[in-house]
Amino acid sequence: MSRILVIAEHSAGKLNPSTAKVVACARAIGGEIEVVVLAADGASVAAQCAALEGVTRVLQVDHPANEHPLAAVLAPQIAGLAEGVSHLLGPSTTFGRDLMPRVAALIGAPQLSEVMAVESPRRFRRPVYAGNAVVTVEVAEGRQVVCTVRTASFEAVGSAAAHAAVEQRSVEFSPPAHTRFVSVSAPASDRPDLQTAARVVSGGRALGSAEKFQLIYSLADKLGAAVGASRAAVDAGYAPNELQVGQTGKIISPALYVAVGISGAIQHVTGMKDSGVIVAINKDAEAPIFEIADYGLVGDLFSLLPEIENLLAG
Amino acid sequence: MQKIMVCIKRVIDYNVRVRVKPDGTGVVTEGVKMSINPFDEIALEEALRLREQGAAAEVIAVSLGPDDTQQQLRTALAMGADRAILVRHDAPADPATAAAAFMALVRKEGAELVLLGKQAIDDDACQTGQRLAALWDRPQASAASRVEVVGESLRVTREVDAGLEVNEIDLPGVVTVDLRLNEPRYVKLPDIMKAKKKPLDVTDLAALGVALDEPVTVLKWDPPPQRTKGIMVKDAAELVSALKQKGLV
Repeated sequence: MSRILVIAEHSAGKLNPSTAKVVACARAIGGEIEVVVLAADGASVAAQCAALEGVTRVLQVDHPANEHPLAAVLAPQIAGLAEGVSHLLGPSTTFGRDLMPRVAALIGAPQLSEVMAVESPRRFRRPVYAGNAVVTVEVAEGRQVVCTVRTASFEAVGSAAAHAAVEQRSVEFSPPAHTRFVSVSAPASDRPDLQTAARVVSGGRALGSAEKFQLIYSLADKLGAAVGASRAAVDAGYAPNELQVGQTGKIISPALYVAVGISGAIQHVTGMKDSGVIVAINKDAEAPIFEIADYGLVGDLFSLLPEIENLLAG
Repeated sequence: MQKIMVCIKRVIDYNVRVRVKPDGTGVVTEGVKMSINPFDEIALEEALRLREQGAAAEVIAVSLGPDDTQQQLRTALAMGADRAILVRHDAPADPATAAAAFMALVRKEGAELVLLGKQAIDDDACQTGQRLAALWDRPQASAASRVEVVGESLRVTREVDAGLEVNEIDLPGVVTVDLRLNEPRYVKLPDIMKAKKKPLDVTDLAALGVALDEPVTVLKWDPPPQRTKGIMVKDAAELVSALKQKGLV
Protein backbone atom coordinates (compact mmCIF):
# COMPACT_ATOMS: atom_id res chain seq x y z
CA MET A 1 0.00 0.00 0.00
CA SER A 2 1.11 3.52 -0.71
CA ARG A 3 2.30 5.78 2.06
CA ILE A 4 2.02 9.39 1.00
CA LEU A 5 3.74 12.38 2.57
CA VAL A 6 2.11 15.74 1.77
CA ILE A 7 4.15 18.88 2.45
CA ALA A 8 1.85 21.57 3.85
CA GLU A 9 2.18 25.12 2.53
CA HIS A 10 1.37 27.83 5.04
CA SER A 11 2.12 31.38 5.99
CA ALA A 12 1.48 33.44 9.14
CA GLY A 13 -0.24 30.54 10.90
CA LYS A 14 -2.66 29.89 8.04
CA LEU A 15 -2.75 26.78 5.88
CA ASN A 16 -2.59 27.64 2.17
CA PRO A 17 -5.70 26.35 0.33
CA SER A 18 -3.40 24.51 -2.11
CA THR A 19 -2.74 21.86 0.56
CA ALA A 20 -6.37 20.63 0.54
CA LYS A 21 -6.01 20.11 -3.21
CA VAL A 22 -2.77 18.20 -2.81
CA VAL A 23 -4.52 15.97 -0.26
CA ALA A 24 -7.21 15.38 -2.91
CA CYS A 25 -4.48 14.15 -5.27
CA ALA A 26 -3.10 11.95 -2.48
CA ARG A 27 -6.57 10.42 -1.99
CA ALA A 28 -6.71 9.66 -5.72
CA ILE A 29 -3.45 7.71 -5.31
CA GLY A 30 -4.86 5.97 -2.25
CA GLY A 31 -3.13 4.81 0.93
CA GLU A 32 -1.99 6.33 4.21
CA ILE A 33 -1.77 10.11 3.98
CA GLU A 34 0.57 11.98 6.30
CA VAL A 35 0.78 15.76 6.18
CA VAL A 36 3.98 17.35 7.43
CA VAL A 37 3.99 20.89 8.80
CA LEU A 38 7.43 22.51 8.99
CA ALA A 39 7.20 25.74 10.95
CA ALA A 40 8.69 27.69 13.84
CA ASP A 41 5.49 26.97 15.77
CA GLY A 42 3.19 24.78 13.69
CA ALA A 43 0.43 23.99 16.20
CA SER A 44 -2.26 26.06 14.53
CA VAL A 45 -1.40 24.93 10.99
CA ALA A 46 -1.16 21.30 12.14
CA ALA A 47 -4.67 21.56 13.58
CA GLN A 48 -5.95 22.89 10.25
CA CYS A 49 -4.28 19.97 8.44
CA ALA A 50 -5.77 17.46 10.90
CA ALA A 51 -9.23 18.71 9.93
CA LEU A 52 -8.79 17.81 6.25
CA GLU A 53 -10.77 14.83 4.97
CA GLY A 54 -8.64 11.76 4.25
CA VAL A 55 -5.60 12.68 6.33
CA THR A 56 -4.26 9.75 8.41
CA ARG A 57 -1.93 11.77 10.63
CA VAL A 58 -0.16 15.10 10.83
CA LEU A 59 3.54 15.44 11.57
CA GLN A 60 4.46 18.70 13.24
CA VAL A 61 8.13 19.63 12.94
CA ASP A 62 8.89 22.79 14.88
CA HIS A 63 12.27 24.46 14.46
CA PRO A 64 13.24 28.15 14.67
CA ALA A 65 14.91 27.85 11.24
CA ASN A 66 11.51 26.99 9.73
CA GLU A 67 10.21 30.53 10.25
CA HIS A 68 10.44 31.16 6.49
CA PRO A 69 10.00 28.55 3.75
CA LEU A 70 13.58 28.30 2.45
CA ALA A 71 14.06 25.19 0.32
CA ALA A 72 17.65 24.68 1.49
CA VAL A 73 16.41 24.59 5.09
CA LEU A 74 13.23 22.53 4.62
CA ALA A 75 14.42 19.94 2.09
CA PRO A 76 16.86 18.04 4.37
CA GLN A 77 14.17 17.75 7.07
CA ILE A 78 11.68 16.34 4.57
CA ALA A 79 14.31 13.94 3.25
CA GLY A 80 14.79 12.82 6.85
CA LEU A 81 11.11 11.84 7.04
CA ALA A 82 11.00 10.09 3.67
CA GLU A 83 12.00 6.57 4.73
CA GLY A 84 9.24 4.10 3.93
CA VAL A 85 7.26 6.76 2.08
CA SER A 86 6.15 5.88 -1.47
CA HIS A 87 5.02 9.33 -2.67
CA LEU A 88 6.02 12.84 -1.59
CA LEU A 89 3.56 15.49 -2.73
CA GLY A 90 3.70 19.27 -2.73
CA PRO A 91 1.64 21.94 -4.47
CA SER A 92 2.72 23.32 -7.82
CA THR A 93 2.87 26.81 -6.35
CA THR A 94 6.12 28.79 -6.20
CA PHE A 95 6.64 27.19 -2.76
CA GLY A 96 6.37 23.63 -4.08
CA ARG A 97 8.21 24.31 -7.34
CA ASP A 98 11.15 25.68 -5.37
CA LEU A 99 11.20 23.00 -2.68
CA MET A 100 10.20 19.64 -4.15
CA PRO A 101 13.02 19.20 -6.72
CA ARG A 102 15.53 19.78 -3.93
CA VAL A 103 13.84 17.04 -1.92
CA ALA A 104 13.77 14.74 -4.97
CA ALA A 105 17.50 15.18 -5.54
CA LEU A 106 18.31 14.53 -1.86
CA ILE A 107 16.43 11.23 -1.83
CA GLY A 108 17.43 10.23 -5.37
CA ALA A 109 13.86 10.11 -6.64
CA PRO A 110 12.29 11.21 -9.93
CA GLN A 111 9.85 14.10 -9.82
CA LEU A 112 6.67 14.49 -11.84
CA SER A 113 5.85 18.19 -12.13
CA GLU A 114 2.32 19.62 -12.44
CA VAL A 115 0.49 16.30 -11.97
CA MET A 116 -3.03 16.85 -13.35
CA ALA A 117 -4.50 13.34 -13.07
CA VAL A 118 -3.82 10.08 -11.26
CA GLU A 119 -4.41 6.92 -13.30
CA SER A 120 -2.87 4.53 -10.77
CA PRO A 121 -0.38 4.84 -7.92
CA ARG A 122 2.38 4.57 -10.51
CA ARG A 123 0.75 6.19 -13.52
CA PHE A 124 0.05 9.91 -13.87
CA ARG A 125 -0.80 12.55 -16.43
CA ARG A 126 0.91 15.92 -16.70
CA PRO A 127 0.99 18.79 -19.20
CA VAL A 128 4.09 19.74 -21.19
CA TYR A 129 4.83 22.40 -23.82
CA ALA A 130 2.71 25.00 -22.03
CA GLY A 131 -0.26 22.64 -22.05
CA ASN A 132 -0.03 21.96 -25.79
CA ALA A 133 0.48 18.29 -25.01
CA VAL A 134 -0.34 15.93 -22.16
CA VAL A 135 1.92 13.00 -21.34
CA THR A 136 0.96 9.83 -19.49
CA VAL A 137 3.95 8.67 -17.48
CA GLU A 138 4.75 5.60 -15.40
CA VAL A 139 7.17 5.34 -12.50
CA ALA A 140 9.10 2.10 -12.11
CA GLU A 141 7.93 -0.27 -9.34
CA GLY A 142 9.74 0.09 -6.07
CA ARG A 143 10.84 3.68 -6.70
CA GLN A 144 9.84 6.60 -4.53
CA VAL A 145 8.32 9.45 -6.49
CA VAL A 146 8.04 13.17 -5.81
CA CYS A 147 5.15 15.10 -7.37
CA THR A 148 4.16 18.71 -7.59
CA VAL A 149 0.39 18.76 -7.92
CA ARG A 150 -1.31 21.08 -10.39
CA THR A 151 -3.81 22.55 -7.95
CA ALA A 152 -6.16 23.76 -10.70
CA SER A 153 -6.84 20.10 -11.58
CA PHE A 154 -8.05 18.93 -8.15
CA GLU A 155 -11.05 19.85 -6.00
CA ALA A 156 -10.07 20.63 -2.43
CA VAL A 157 -11.05 17.92 0.09
CA GLY A 158 -13.65 18.88 2.69
CA SER A 159 -13.41 18.71 6.46
CA ALA A 160 -13.05 15.41 8.27
CA ALA A 161 -15.70 14.24 10.73
CA ALA A 162 -12.98 13.09 13.15
CA HIS A 163 -9.71 14.96 13.19
CA ALA A 164 -6.45 13.13 12.51
CA ALA A 165 -3.85 12.81 15.26
CA VAL A 166 -1.02 15.33 15.37
CA GLU A 167 2.43 13.92 16.21
CA GLN A 168 5.39 16.07 17.17
CA ARG A 169 8.55 15.08 15.34
CA SER A 170 12.02 16.34 15.92
CA VAL A 171 14.52 16.13 13.12
CA GLU A 172 18.26 15.88 13.64
CA PHE A 173 19.46 18.76 11.55
CA SER A 174 21.75 21.74 11.57
CA PRO A 175 20.20 24.51 9.49
CA PRO A 176 22.47 25.79 6.70
CA ALA A 177 23.70 29.36 7.19
CA HIS A 178 24.34 29.94 3.49
CA THR A 179 20.77 30.97 2.68
CA ARG A 180 19.04 33.85 4.47
CA PHE A 181 15.54 35.19 4.23
CA VAL A 182 15.51 38.98 3.91
CA SER A 183 11.95 40.05 3.14
CA VAL A 184 8.74 39.28 1.31
CA SER A 185 6.30 41.84 -0.05
CA ALA A 186 3.13 41.97 2.01
CA PRO A 187 -0.16 40.96 0.39
CA ALA A 188 -1.26 44.07 -1.48
CA SER A 189 -4.96 43.97 -0.78
CA ASP A 190 -7.85 42.40 1.06
CA ARG A 191 -9.32 41.22 -2.24
CA PRO A 192 -9.90 37.48 -2.75
CA ASP A 193 -6.74 35.47 -3.40
CA LEU A 194 -6.15 34.92 -7.10
CA GLN A 195 -5.26 31.27 -6.70
CA THR A 196 -8.40 30.25 -4.85
CA ALA A 197 -11.07 32.79 -5.86
CA ALA A 198 -14.31 31.50 -7.38
CA ARG A 199 -14.36 34.47 -9.76
CA VAL A 200 -11.48 36.22 -11.47
CA VAL A 201 -11.39 39.32 -13.68
CA SER A 202 -8.18 39.67 -15.71
CA GLY A 203 -6.92 42.56 -17.78
CA GLY A 204 -4.54 42.64 -20.71
CA ARG A 205 -2.41 45.05 -22.64
CA ALA A 206 -5.49 46.72 -24.14
CA LEU A 207 -6.10 48.49 -20.83
CA GLY A 208 -3.28 50.81 -21.90
CA SER A 209 -2.05 52.10 -18.52
CA ALA A 210 -1.87 51.35 -14.83
CA GLU A 211 -4.52 54.06 -14.23
CA LYS A 212 -6.95 52.49 -16.67
CA PHE A 213 -6.22 49.05 -15.21
CA GLN A 214 -8.20 50.30 -12.21
CA LEU A 215 -11.30 49.50 -14.32
CA ILE A 216 -10.43 45.83 -13.79
CA TYR A 217 -10.22 46.28 -10.00
CA SER A 218 -13.51 48.13 -10.07
CA LEU A 219 -15.37 45.35 -11.92
CA ALA A 220 -13.67 42.70 -9.78
CA ASP A 221 -14.85 44.44 -6.60
CA LYS A 222 -18.41 44.50 -7.96
CA LEU A 223 -18.20 40.74 -8.55
CA GLY A 224 -16.33 39.91 -5.37
CA ALA A 225 -13.63 38.61 -7.71
CA ALA A 226 -9.85 38.39 -7.60
CA VAL A 227 -7.83 40.37 -10.12
CA GLY A 228 -5.53 38.76 -12.68
CA ALA A 229 -3.43 40.04 -15.55
CA SER A 230 -1.82 38.81 -18.75
CA ARG A 231 1.95 38.74 -19.06
CA ALA A 232 1.74 41.67 -21.50
CA ALA A 233 -0.07 43.77 -18.88
CA VAL A 234 2.46 42.84 -16.20
CA ASP A 235 5.45 43.48 -18.47
CA ALA A 236 3.98 46.88 -19.40
CA GLY A 237 3.77 47.72 -15.70
CA TYR A 238 -0.05 47.96 -15.50
CA ALA A 239 -0.28 45.27 -12.82
CA PRO A 240 2.15 43.67 -10.34
CA ASN A 241 3.81 40.35 -11.20
CA GLU A 242 1.93 38.32 -8.60
CA LEU A 243 -1.27 38.85 -10.60
CA GLN A 244 0.10 37.18 -13.72
CA VAL A 245 -1.97 34.28 -15.02
CA GLY A 246 -0.28 31.90 -17.45
CA GLN A 247 2.42 29.33 -18.10
CA THR A 248 4.98 31.36 -16.18
CA GLY A 249 2.52 32.86 -13.70
CA LYS A 250 -0.38 31.32 -11.83
CA ILE A 251 -2.45 28.44 -13.14
CA ILE A 252 -6.01 28.80 -11.90
CA SER A 253 -9.48 27.32 -12.37
CA PRO A 254 -12.16 29.66 -10.99
CA ALA A 255 -15.86 29.06 -11.66
CA LEU A 256 -15.94 32.31 -13.65
CA TYR A 257 -13.02 33.86 -15.55
CA VAL A 258 -13.51 37.21 -17.27
CA ALA A 259 -10.73 38.10 -19.73
CA VAL A 260 -10.76 41.77 -20.62
CA GLY A 261 -8.58 43.09 -23.43
CA ILE A 262 -6.60 39.85 -23.52
CA SER A 263 -5.87 38.40 -26.96
CA GLY A 264 -5.45 34.82 -25.76
CA ALA A 265 -1.81 33.88 -26.33
CA ILE A 266 -1.19 30.19 -25.53
CA GLN A 267 1.04 31.34 -22.68
CA HIS A 268 -1.98 32.96 -21.00
CA VAL A 269 -4.54 30.32 -21.98
CA THR A 270 -2.42 27.66 -20.23
CA GLY A 271 -3.08 29.44 -16.96
CA MET A 272 -6.88 29.70 -17.20
CA LYS A 273 -8.34 27.17 -19.61
CA ASP A 274 -9.62 24.93 -16.80
CA SER A 275 -11.96 27.69 -15.59
CA GLY A 276 -15.64 26.80 -15.34
CA VAL A 277 -17.05 29.56 -17.54
CA ILE A 278 -14.82 31.88 -19.58
CA VAL A 279 -16.01 35.31 -20.67
CA ALA A 280 -13.94 37.27 -23.19
CA ILE A 281 -14.28 40.96 -23.92
CA ASN A 282 -12.10 42.24 -26.75
CA LYS A 283 -12.39 44.77 -29.55
CA ASP A 284 -10.78 42.40 -32.05
CA ALA A 285 -13.37 39.84 -33.19
CA GLU A 286 -10.53 37.64 -34.48
CA ALA A 287 -8.74 37.41 -31.11
CA PRO A 288 -7.90 33.76 -30.29
CA ILE A 289 -9.40 34.15 -26.81
CA PHE A 290 -12.86 33.84 -28.42
CA GLU A 291 -12.01 30.29 -29.52
CA ILE A 292 -12.12 29.12 -25.92
CA ALA A 293 -14.65 31.56 -24.45
CA ASP A 294 -18.11 30.41 -23.42
CA TYR A 295 -19.36 33.95 -23.85
CA GLY A 296 -17.66 36.40 -26.18
CA LEU A 297 -18.38 40.10 -26.48
CA VAL A 298 -16.74 42.23 -29.16
CA GLY A 299 -16.46 45.91 -28.35
CA ASP A 300 -14.64 48.74 -26.66
CA LEU A 301 -13.82 47.69 -23.10
CA PHE A 302 -13.75 51.29 -21.88
CA SER A 303 -17.45 51.69 -22.59
CA LEU A 304 -18.44 48.07 -21.90
CA LEU A 305 -16.93 47.75 -18.40
CA PRO A 306 -18.85 50.67 -16.85
CA GLU A 307 -22.00 49.42 -18.59
CA ILE A 308 -21.54 45.91 -17.16
CA GLU A 309 -20.98 47.36 -13.70
CA ASN A 310 -24.23 49.28 -13.94
CA LEU A 311 -26.11 46.20 -15.12
CA LEU A 312 -24.70 44.17 -12.23
CA ALA A 313 -25.86 46.79 -9.78
CA GLY A 314 -29.35 46.76 -11.31
CA MET B 1 34.07 35.44 -8.71
CA GLN B 2 36.05 33.79 -11.46
CA LYS B 3 33.65 31.56 -13.35
CA ILE B 4 29.94 31.64 -14.05
CA MET B 5 28.42 28.58 -15.68
CA VAL B 6 25.20 29.01 -17.65
CA CYS B 7 23.17 25.92 -18.47
CA ILE B 8 21.17 26.13 -21.67
CA LYS B 9 18.70 23.74 -23.26
CA ARG B 10 17.85 23.30 -26.91
CA VAL B 11 14.06 23.48 -27.27
CA ILE B 12 11.42 24.05 -29.92
CA ASP B 13 11.33 27.81 -30.51
CA TYR B 14 8.73 29.53 -28.38
CA ASN B 15 6.99 30.97 -31.47
CA VAL B 16 6.25 27.51 -32.88
CA ARG B 17 2.80 26.10 -32.27
CA VAL B 18 3.65 22.67 -30.87
CA ARG B 19 1.55 19.75 -32.16
CA VAL B 20 1.31 16.17 -30.93
CA LYS B 21 2.07 13.52 -33.57
CA PRO B 22 -1.03 11.62 -34.69
CA ASP B 23 0.47 8.32 -33.45
CA GLY B 24 0.93 9.73 -29.92
CA THR B 25 4.70 9.09 -29.77
CA GLY B 26 5.77 12.69 -29.23
CA VAL B 27 5.47 16.13 -30.76
CA VAL B 28 6.23 17.14 -34.32
CA THR B 29 9.87 18.24 -34.57
CA GLU B 30 10.59 17.74 -38.28
CA GLY B 31 11.35 21.07 -39.93
CA VAL B 32 10.63 22.92 -36.69
CA LYS B 33 12.84 25.82 -35.57
CA MET B 34 14.95 25.08 -32.50
CA SER B 35 16.29 27.73 -30.13
CA ILE B 36 17.86 28.31 -26.73
CA ASN B 37 15.21 27.95 -24.02
CA PRO B 38 14.15 31.60 -23.53
CA PHE B 39 14.67 31.48 -19.75
CA ASP B 40 18.21 30.19 -20.27
CA GLU B 41 18.87 33.04 -22.70
CA ILE B 42 17.97 35.46 -19.88
CA ALA B 43 20.33 33.56 -17.57
CA LEU B 44 23.12 33.94 -20.11
CA GLU B 45 22.40 37.66 -20.50
CA GLU B 46 22.65 38.10 -16.73
CA ALA B 47 25.97 36.25 -16.64
CA LEU B 48 27.34 38.46 -19.41
CA ARG B 49 26.25 41.60 -17.57
CA LEU B 50 27.92 40.38 -14.38
CA ARG B 51 31.14 39.80 -16.33
CA GLU B 52 30.85 43.22 -17.98
CA GLN B 53 30.44 44.83 -14.55
CA GLY B 54 33.65 43.16 -13.49
CA ALA B 55 31.92 40.80 -11.05
CA ALA B 56 33.10 37.70 -12.94
CA ALA B 57 35.99 36.82 -15.21
CA GLU B 58 34.61 34.07 -17.43
CA VAL B 59 31.23 32.83 -18.66
CA ILE B 60 30.96 29.20 -19.73
CA ALA B 61 27.84 28.02 -21.57
CA VAL B 62 27.05 24.34 -21.10
CA SER B 63 24.32 22.05 -22.39
CA LEU B 64 23.16 18.46 -22.33
CA GLY B 65 21.64 17.38 -25.61
CA PRO B 66 22.08 15.90 -29.07
CA ASP B 67 24.95 16.91 -31.36
CA ASP B 68 22.78 19.60 -33.00
CA THR B 69 22.84 21.48 -29.69
CA GLN B 70 26.17 22.87 -30.91
CA GLN B 71 24.03 25.38 -32.88
CA GLN B 72 22.54 26.78 -29.68
CA LEU B 73 25.94 26.81 -27.97
CA ARG B 74 27.35 28.76 -30.95
CA THR B 75 24.54 31.26 -30.46
CA ALA B 76 25.51 31.50 -26.78
CA LEU B 77 29.12 32.13 -27.83
CA ALA B 78 27.94 34.79 -30.28
CA MET B 79 26.00 36.48 -27.47
CA GLY B 80 29.27 36.68 -25.56
CA ALA B 81 30.00 33.47 -23.64
CA ASP B 82 33.76 32.82 -23.54
CA ARG B 83 33.57 29.11 -24.24
CA ALA B 84 31.10 26.25 -24.35
CA ILE B 85 30.82 22.59 -23.38
CA LEU B 86 28.32 20.13 -24.83
CA VAL B 87 27.53 16.93 -22.96
CA ARG B 88 26.32 14.86 -25.87
CA HIS B 89 23.24 12.77 -25.15
CA ASP B 90 20.82 11.78 -27.87
CA ALA B 91 17.71 10.88 -25.86
CA PRO B 92 15.63 13.63 -24.27
CA ALA B 93 17.34 14.34 -20.96
CA ASP B 94 15.39 14.25 -17.72
CA PRO B 95 16.11 16.90 -15.07
CA ALA B 96 17.87 14.43 -12.74
CA THR B 97 20.33 13.45 -15.48
CA ALA B 98 20.83 17.08 -16.47
CA ALA B 99 21.53 18.08 -12.87
CA ALA B 100 24.03 15.23 -12.45
CA ALA B 101 25.83 16.21 -15.66
CA PHE B 102 25.99 19.89 -14.65
CA MET B 103 27.21 18.89 -11.20
CA ALA B 104 30.12 17.03 -12.79
CA LEU B 105 30.92 20.09 -14.94
CA VAL B 106 30.74 22.43 -11.94
CA ARG B 107 33.32 20.31 -10.12
CA LYS B 108 35.52 20.04 -13.18
CA GLU B 109 35.43 23.74 -13.99
CA GLY B 110 35.23 25.12 -10.46
CA ALA B 111 32.31 27.43 -11.22
CA GLU B 112 31.18 29.66 -8.36
CA LEU B 113 27.81 30.65 -9.75
CA VAL B 114 25.46 28.63 -11.94
CA LEU B 115 22.73 30.52 -13.76
CA LEU B 116 19.90 28.84 -15.68
CA GLY B 117 16.25 29.30 -16.55
CA LYS B 118 13.61 28.58 -13.92
CA GLN B 119 12.07 26.11 -16.36
CA ALA B 120 12.48 24.79 -19.88
CA ILE B 121 9.52 25.49 -22.13
CA ASP B 122 9.43 21.91 -23.45
CA ASP B 123 9.00 19.69 -20.38
CA ASP B 124 8.00 22.57 -18.04
CA ALA B 125 9.61 20.58 -15.21
CA CYS B 126 11.17 23.43 -13.15
CA GLN B 127 13.64 21.06 -11.51
CA THR B 128 17.19 21.23 -12.84
CA GLY B 129 18.50 24.23 -10.89
CA GLN B 130 17.10 23.11 -7.55
CA ARG B 131 18.37 19.57 -8.10
CA LEU B 132 21.84 20.85 -8.92
CA ALA B 133 21.86 22.98 -5.75
CA ALA B 134 20.90 19.92 -3.69
CA LEU B 135 23.60 17.69 -5.23
CA TRP B 136 26.12 20.49 -4.67
CA ASP B 137 24.83 21.09 -1.12
CA ARG B 138 24.82 24.80 -1.89
CA PRO B 139 22.15 27.55 -1.84
CA GLN B 140 19.49 28.02 -4.49
CA ALA B 141 17.45 31.06 -5.41
CA SER B 142 14.73 30.22 -7.92
CA ALA B 143 12.70 32.50 -10.22
CA ALA B 144 14.97 35.52 -9.85
CA SER B 145 13.86 38.90 -11.14
CA ARG B 146 16.84 40.81 -9.71
CA VAL B 147 20.38 39.73 -8.83
CA GLU B 148 22.85 41.97 -6.95
CA VAL B 149 26.38 41.04 -5.93
CA VAL B 150 27.08 41.91 -2.29
CA GLY B 151 30.64 40.87 -1.45
CA GLU B 152 30.81 37.06 -1.49
CA SER B 153 27.02 36.82 -1.51
CA LEU B 154 24.14 37.51 -3.83
CA ARG B 155 21.00 39.37 -2.92
CA VAL B 156 18.30 37.83 -5.11
CA THR B 157 14.75 39.07 -5.60
CA ARG B 158 12.49 36.14 -6.41
CA GLU B 159 9.04 36.10 -7.98
CA VAL B 160 6.80 34.15 -5.61
CA ASP B 161 3.03 33.75 -5.35
CA ALA B 162 2.83 36.39 -2.62
CA GLY B 163 4.78 38.92 -4.67
CA LEU B 164 8.52 39.46 -4.36
CA GLU B 165 10.74 37.65 -1.88
CA VAL B 166 14.33 38.69 -1.20
CA ASN B 167 16.90 36.07 -0.18
CA GLU B 168 20.60 36.38 0.45
CA ILE B 169 22.76 33.45 -0.62
CA ASP B 170 26.46 32.83 -0.14
CA LEU B 171 28.49 31.77 -3.16
CA PRO B 172 28.97 29.29 -4.61
CA GLY B 173 25.31 28.82 -5.47
CA VAL B 174 22.61 28.34 -8.09
CA VAL B 175 20.21 30.98 -9.37
CA THR B 176 17.31 30.17 -11.69
CA VAL B 177 15.92 33.15 -13.54
CA ASP B 178 12.49 34.48 -14.40
CA LEU B 179 11.36 36.50 -17.40
CA ARG B 180 11.58 39.96 -15.92
CA LEU B 181 15.24 39.76 -14.93
CA ASN B 182 16.50 41.37 -18.15
CA GLU B 183 16.08 41.56 -21.89
CA PRO B 184 18.70 39.51 -23.74
CA ARG B 185 20.84 41.30 -26.31
CA TYR B 186 20.59 40.71 -30.03
CA VAL B 187 23.42 38.89 -31.70
CA LYS B 188 25.32 40.94 -34.30
CA LEU B 189 26.87 39.44 -37.43
CA PRO B 190 30.52 40.11 -36.46
CA ASP B 191 29.85 38.32 -33.18
CA ILE B 192 28.62 35.26 -35.06
CA MET B 193 31.88 35.25 -37.02
CA LYS B 194 33.92 35.63 -33.82
CA ALA B 195 31.94 32.86 -32.13
CA LYS B 196 33.14 30.35 -34.72
CA LYS B 197 36.65 30.68 -33.31
CA LYS B 198 35.69 30.28 -29.66
CA PRO B 199 36.28 26.89 -28.00
CA LEU B 200 33.37 24.43 -27.94
CA ASP B 201 34.28 21.16 -26.26
CA VAL B 202 32.21 18.01 -26.58
CA THR B 203 32.06 15.33 -23.91
CA ASP B 204 29.49 12.77 -22.77
CA LEU B 205 27.89 11.35 -19.63
CA ALA B 206 30.25 8.37 -19.43
CA ALA B 207 33.31 10.62 -19.58
CA LEU B 208 31.84 12.69 -16.74
CA GLY B 209 31.10 9.57 -14.70
CA VAL B 210 27.34 10.12 -14.74
CA ALA B 211 25.26 6.95 -14.72
CA LEU B 212 21.84 7.02 -16.39
CA ASP B 213 18.91 6.41 -14.07
CA GLU B 214 15.55 6.93 -15.72
CA PRO B 215 12.76 5.43 -13.64
CA VAL B 216 10.00 7.35 -15.47
CA THR B 217 8.65 6.10 -18.81
CA VAL B 218 6.43 8.18 -21.06
CA LEU B 219 3.61 5.87 -22.19
CA LYS B 220 1.85 8.22 -24.57
CA TRP B 221 1.34 11.77 -25.75
CA ASP B 222 -2.07 13.30 -26.22
CA PRO B 223 -3.24 16.66 -27.46
CA PRO B 224 -4.77 18.68 -24.64
CA PRO B 225 -8.51 18.47 -24.04
CA GLN B 226 -10.12 21.18 -26.16
CA ARG B 227 -12.67 23.68 -24.95
CA THR B 228 -15.51 24.12 -27.37
CA LYS B 229 -16.20 27.57 -28.69
CA GLY B 230 -19.17 29.18 -26.94
CA ILE B 231 -21.54 31.86 -28.11
CA MET B 232 -21.02 35.49 -29.04
CA VAL B 233 -23.33 37.89 -27.22
CA LYS B 234 -24.33 41.14 -28.87
CA ASP B 235 -24.04 43.53 -25.94
CA ALA B 236 -23.34 43.97 -22.25
CA ALA B 237 -26.96 43.41 -21.29
CA GLU B 238 -27.10 40.00 -22.98
CA LEU B 239 -23.82 39.01 -21.29
CA VAL B 240 -24.92 40.01 -17.80
CA SER B 241 -28.29 38.34 -18.20
CA ALA B 242 -26.64 35.09 -19.37
CA LEU B 243 -24.28 35.12 -16.38
CA LYS B 244 -27.15 35.88 -14.00
CA GLN B 245 -29.15 33.00 -15.45
CA LYS B 246 -26.25 30.65 -14.79
CA GLY B 247 -25.96 31.96 -11.23
CA LEU B 248 -22.39 33.11 -11.87
CA VAL B 249 -22.90 36.71 -10.78
